[in-house]
Amino acid sequence: MDFGGINPVILLASLMVASTPILLAALGEMVTEKSGVLNLGVEGMMITGAVCGFIAAVETGSPTLGFVAAALGGMALSMLFAILTQIFLTTQVPAGLALTLMGLGLASLLGQNYVGIKPPSLPDLHVPLLQDIPFLGPILFQHDAVVYLSLLSVVAIWAFLKFTRAGLVLRAVGENHAAAHALGYKVKLVRFAAIGFGGAMAGLGGAYISLVRVPQWTDGITAGIGWIALAIVVFASWRAGRVLIGAYLFGGITVLQLNLQAAGAKVPVELLSMSPFLATILVLVVISARRHGASNAPAMLGRIFHSS
Amino acid sequence: MTELLKVVGLTREYPGVRANDDVSFSIGTGEVHALLGENGAGKSTLVKMIYGLEKPDAGTMQLHGSSYAPQNPQAARAAGVAMVFQHFSLFEALNVAENVALGMENPPKMRELAASIREVSENYGLPLDPDRIVGDLSAGERQRVEIIRCLLQDPKLLIMDEPTSVLTPQEVEILFKTLRKLQSEGTSILYISHKLEEIRALCDGATILRLGKVVGECDPKVTTARSMAEMMVGQTLHVPSREGGETGNVLLEVKGLDFAPANPFGTKLKNVSLTLRAGEVLGIGGVAGNGQDELLSVLSGEARTGKGAVMFEGQDVSHLGPNARRKIGILAAPEERLGHAAAPNMSLTENAALTATIRKKLSKNNFLNWKKTEDFAREIIKAFDVRTPGPGSAARSLSGGNLQKFVIGREVLQEPKILVVNQPTWGVDASAAADIRQALLDLAARGAGLVVISQDLDELMEISDHFAALNEGTLTAPRPAKGLTVDEIGLMMGGAHDMEVAEL
Repeated sequence: MDFGGINPVILLASLMVASTPILLAALGEMVTEKSGVLNLGVEGMMITGAVCGFIAAVETGSPTLGFVAAALGGMALSMLFAILTQIFLTTQVPAGLALTLMGLGLASLLGQNYVGIKPPSLPDLHVPLLQDIPFLGPILFQHDAVVYLSLLSVVAIWAFLKFTRAGLVLRAVGENHAAAHALGYKVKLVRFAAIGFGGAMAGLGGAYISLVRVPQWTDGITAGIGWIALAIVVFASWRAGRVLIGAYLFGGITVLQLNLQAAGAKVPVELLSMSPFLATILVLVVISARRHGASNAPAMLGRIFHSS
Repeated sequence: MTELLKVVGLTREYPGVRANDDVSFSIGTGEVHALLGENGAGKSTLVKMIYGLEKPDAGTMQLHGSSYAPQNPQAARAAGVAMVFQHFSLFEALNVAENVALGMENPPKMRELAASIREVSENYGLPLDPDRIVGDLSAGERQRVEIIRCLLQDPKLLIMDEPTSVLTPQEVEILFKTLRKLQSEGTSILYISHKLEEIRALCDGATILRLGKVVGECDPKVTTARSMAEMMVGQTLHVPSREGGETGNVLLEVKGLDFAPANPFGTKLKNVSLTLRAGEVLGIGGVAGNGQDELLSVLSGEARTGKGAVMFEGQDVSHLGPNARRKIGILAAPEERLGHAAAPNMSLTENAALTATIRKKLSKNNFLNWKKTEDFAREIIKAFDVRTPGPGSAARSLSGGNLQKFVIGREVLQEPKILVVNQPTWGVDASAAADIRQALLDLAARGAGLVVISQDLDELMEISDHFAALNEGTLTAPRPAKGLTVDEIGLMMGGAHDMEVAEL
């Protein structure tokens, strides 16, 4: 069942793998932004997670511990951002950019002795019965736990924001921090938590690249995925379901263009390489343009909160 | 009628001002009690203490006869005290039910909450759809959201801070019906306003505050608006220290000006006419929000008006912007210091350049002469005794009173032909206020015409030659300030309403 040297089953299965890091990072950033904080340090937190996860997995031999370390590493870096922006009230955009630059350097330093090592691999979970469904089984039900975790997160975050009181408070803080403060909610505490969650998710996403997708350690392994995650949050109008669409679209076209390159398609390689970025942004713009012009951005996004 | 809330000797001091000084009053169960006073009389500070947003420096409160000292708004809400804010504390992107839930301690499930919002809002004649996004609602509907949020918690005392300031007359009627229904069910209401007619229509008792002190209590149902205004402004208005009439040529003439501001909550100016002569001080009184900001913007050139509406020395200047008007000698100092009169993060030197470049010739070929600008800033600081480390300090680092002196000084030292000021001494201590008034009088003595808009009637009586009052966007005919009685001022400011009603 090949089309021009491309097997659709393998293509679709690897699509899910390729999309998972973006999905994780974008979901985390979406929650952070919903609380009114713009953290441009996603790329830095991802690569910090990638290197922390890689080191922990190699040293302990356990990929699970690797992912735990990745989440903690990403969260630790995000706490630095939280302290800067929430306590010292620095402007969020430069603080986030600094976080990315620092994360890239830190990861490079920590990973020096780990280049060329193969990490322990994460076992695939074969879902009984479902994996035997022809065509769909191999695509959907033979992945590792993190892929399922990321999909679960989409539903969990959607439900958290829509149905729980904590989610409502988080949105309220992102919408009007002065009013939330006047009603007695702890704006800074909420934002610390949201920033930390964003950092942990970015760390997980980074580790998925270094432990599963690639899997090895090289400098700059995240290769701009953090930036596309940021863009996806915006173009997905801060909705979990659309973040999923955006991430899978990007991952899908990435995999497709790699396959096309391998199959020797007669299209310039540069054009193929830029196609995922182009197509993803295009599709999400079209989706979000339909909603009577409203951007749906949290009103306090990037604004500094002085409690006085 | 049993006593619900009793306030004894509440005192609250801010740096440089005693906002509340030994304030005592009480509210009975099911009473609608008015808190009456001019701007800055300390009404807001008092209710903030009752709602737990501020803590008193001295004094005690009792609710239902037992001690009441809320640490925060949550504690106040738990004790049965709810408040509808003057500036709404709503979340525009969230829907009505979510907004209501955020203001409750233990909200029920969303579906039940939506049902009870429908029920309560219908019950009280304030229909609301719980699923609508608050950002799409009108000002009146937004206020309903706040009220419903309070009502769902079954409050014993409902505090309303200037609730009618953003409402249409029809909406005010609906609101009053709701409040009367609440009253009949035994809820007490503390109603803050300076609109005397509303208070006469609604309230059972009134406490009148002036400069942080209780100056009187009355039954508004039997007291006239005139005598309440008397109590608000005090009996002892200063005798004007200047004679009216020794003024020169007509400088400024406004005839039949109609103006609708861009801001939807602004006040429309209706058929405003005034004449200003050289050397004359025209004082304009009236409660806040009756068109003061709009009048200033029309005179300063921030807002353009129709042809022929604003005449300066016989020339039509209606189409000129602020800089063109500065050039011919019309200057203005608006009320809002940070962000309107001065750029908060810029230094005093830079702020001096912002309005004085043209008249003080601070630039050449579009390059600023910073040396000259700094000298001018120093001149203002010296002449007006502005307390600051130097002209390099940021405007926001100055205290309100010092910045006010700088802003007024900047305009006065440019030797304008016409100066329009709004609230020239708001938040300024007494001695500095006297200095500012003296500077304004000196400017007039040098032949300039002044329009002084203020809510401080003592101030207006002290410096004005003529006095007029703004009332819902209309300006009364100016009258000589000398010999004007408190009665007459009260009538000009708002008492005129009930005269119209009486004539019908």
